[in-house]
Amino acid sequence: MRFLSLAGRRLAAALPALIIILAGLFLLLQLAPGDTVDALVAQVGGSDPTMIEELRRHYALDQSTSVRLGDYLWRLLHLDLGHSAIYGKPVADVIVERLPATLLLMGSSLALAFAAGMALGVIAARRVNRWPDTLISTLGLIFYATPSFWFGLMGIFVFAVYLGWLPAGGFGSIGADPHGLSLVLDIAWHLTLPTLTLALIFLAIYLRIMRASMLEVATLDFVRTARAKGLSDTAVVTRHILRNALLPMVTLLGLQAGTMLGGSVVVECVFALPGLGRLAYESVMQRDLNTLLGVVFVSALLVIVINFVVDLLYVRLDPRINGGR
Amino acid sequence: MKLTRRELLLSSGAFAASALFPPLLYAQQGQPAGAPRKGGVLNVHLGSEQRILNPSLRASTGVYIVTSKIIESLVDLDANGKVVPVLATAWKASADGKTVTFKLREGVTWHDGKPFTAADVQYNALELWKKHLNFGTALQRYLEAVDTPDKHTAVFRYSRPIPLDLLLRGLADLGYVVPRHVFEGTNVLENPANTAPIGTGPFKFVQYERGQFIIAERNPRYWRKDQPYLDRIVWRIVTDKSAATAALETGQVQLSAYSQLTLADLDRLSRNPEFTVTSKGSEANQFNNTLEFNFRRKELADVRVRRALAHAINSQFFIDNFLYGQGKPATGPIPSTSTAFYPAGSKQPYPYDKKRAEALLDEAGYKRGAGGIRFSLKLVGIPNGEDVPLLATFIQQSLAEVGIKVEIANYDYAGALAAVYKEHNFDIATGWHQYRGDPAVSTTVWYRSGSPAGSPWTNQYGWQSDKVDKLIDDAASEINPVKRKALYAEFVREVNEQLPIWFVTERQFYSVESKKLQNSASSTRWPSSSWNDAWLKA
Repeated sequence: MRFLSLAGRRLAAALPALIIILAGLFLLLQLAPGDTVDALVAQVGGSDPTMIEELRRHYALDQSTSVRLGDYLWRLLHLDLGHSAIYGKPVADVIVERLPATLLLMGSSLALAFAAGMALGVIAARRVNRWPDTLISTLGLIFYATPSFWFGLMGIFVFAVYLGWLPAGGFGSIGADPHGLSLVLDIAWHLTLPTLTLALIFLAIYLRIMRASMLEVATLDFVRTARAKGLSDTAVVTRHILRNALLPMVTLLGLQAGTMLGGSVVVECVFALPGLGRLAYESVMQRDLNTLLGVVFVSALLVIVINFVVDLLYVRLDPRINGGR
Repeated sequence: MKLTRRELLLSSGAFAASALFPPLLYAQQGQPAGAPRKGGVLNVHLGSEQRILNPSLRASTGVYIVTSKIIESLVDLDANGKVVPVLATAWKASADGKTVTFKLREGVTWHDGKPFTAADVQYNALELWKKHLNFGTALQRYLEAVDTPDKHTAVFRYSRPIPLDLLLRGLADLGYVVPRHVFEGTNVLENPANTAPIGTGPFKFVQYERGQFIIAERNPRYWRKDQPYLDRIVWRIVTDKSAATAALETGQVQLSAYSQLTLADLDRLSRNPEFTVTSKGSEANQFNNTLEFNFRRKELADVRVRRALAHAINSQFFIDNFLYGQGKPATGPIPSTSTAFYPAGSKQPYPYDKKRAEALLDEAGYKRGAGGIRFSLKLVGIPNGEDVPLLATFIQQSLAEVGIKVEIANYDYAGALAAVYKEHNFDIATGWHQYRGDPAVSTTVWYRSGSPAGSPWTNQYGWQSDKVDKLIDDAASEINPVKRKALYAEFVREVNEQLPIWFVTERQFYSVESKKLQNSASSTRWPSSSWNDAWLKA
């Protein structure tokens, strides 16, 4: 019951935000010079005026902005995301096709960044101001300061072109048509470099937060008490320090979900992955408003869901945070 | 020696096998030049996805590079740029130039098994090329009807004479035929066959995974017997240019056509022994870097100022240092490879001459003012390729030297087109012009007045000349090739004199291909041709 009411309140708060995001974006995009017909004509290298006019009618671009915004919101109420001008099919279908790649990439990158960041952060905190700490912190700084497209291209150059160990791009082997375990391995093999590329910058953030948080919690009274009780060092670290130090990490997890979607635009373009990020980028370039709004809608939903899960995790980690006030 | 029956059979089997296999073994080892090998998968780089994979609705190299393998045109160009038969086997124009009769190939079937007939051509010409196809609507503007006296004859009737050469050269790009029975009675723009094409070509469409790849495989019932040689073609969609180069270097793709890589990578790959970097096979796809003037600015309406601008920019320096030498200074709107129209003895009309530029500006009354500046201009780059921002910067620096301050306004593709061609919000603009085999197809629209605002790559500059308008109209319906060439020579002379647009460079598209790929220049528009005779070395 408590869970349901929390979920309900969350949703009620999120809905107006969603509508504002979509309407705002719709209006903002009206300010962008050029529309989908301009982009289309650009793609084919020119056209004559009658055809351009006919296309504008076809995509309902001859209507006023307010009419089109009204139309869009009305359709949204019926859970209809509209028709994509680039792909010539419903936006919902296009997004469903692209979602798995992005979810896989985001999931694996977040998991890697979180797990490795936590482990390195703990090691750094335990060996603070000694060489492992210095080494890890320096590495973290490098990861944080390097743009991900550069990491991606260097990864391709070293591991795909020079060493030939990993594929240079794509989401799977074309034409091999694998099934079962070999399909999973094939996708994992293709996702290795993109995951690493996307994860490194987040790994650096988690590492620093974990290190700082561990050091801070270690100075608190209850840790001193635990030590005074004669608990072993390992028990103090895992049961007392780590659990409390995890809270800011989990907060960050929710916040990073949105940033990660942004980062995946670059990674998906560099590695030719068929994901939402690249879809969003292409929709902007092609002025495909419906698809772009659809992507934003789904991304916003994703971020809302992830934050909701994070809230639930909070309650598990720290019972003092009560979800049901 | 007496042979048992069994031994005889065995030995004759062995003999038969040896008769069969040596050529096979021979074919697998070093082969005689020109003997094609069957089999293999050709992987092709595709730099951008297309909304519609239907060349009878969308004329664009991005569409052709995929669909021309699946869907065929009435005619194509051979290695010398001459028109050769494909679905049409013969053609004849009437004396008045208003009727063109095509004989169509017999025994051709669509990939879905139905026969190809004149009714298909009739439907494509009237319903698709004339109504929807960009450039096709212009080419077929005066098409009134297509008669089909029998199943393999199509008679095109025009209300005004149309030069046969213009029609045929146009049809190589604008004459693709899709099946009538699939499109008739549907909303043609939304037809599912637009992304799952059905044609008569050497390859059959198999699968299109958006954002990933397109696959086509050998058509076993293709009318050119024993062709195609390749088993399949896979187009891999790689939008990032550096990633595409990596895909070439790792062997993921064997071909990247239409200069879709960075200029630096093209230059680097040209020194790699595994690849050929060439413009051979792309001669029919010429393009120019352009400089467009907005005549609504009073300074630019003065021909002396336009000439001064052209004199101030060193095209050869730009080509050598920014384009890695790929190209040469243009001599006018018709490129030198267009032998049917290129005026003999053409030379660069406004060679680099800074002193002359300054003198012209002074003469026009724009003396250097405070800080040595005469006036300032807003430059919009239409970002077709990485060379456009480079040229924009080069123009900015070159004009600064003669006292003209240039501010560059950056837009994306759609935004730049809207700014220049819809809102006329620019002083000078730079982009590409593409030449399509005949000046009437897409060159003269840059000069002909009367185009409504919003049509890109048409005369939106506020420039108007009755003389040029008349030359353009006359040349488009002049059926005598000699007179036609003379009209275009006159046109070139006039626009070089008036300089409404300056063509800075003349360039060709480059392909990067694996050395294994054979027969890759059997047409002057090879990346857009059917690849029926392309094959891969083992």
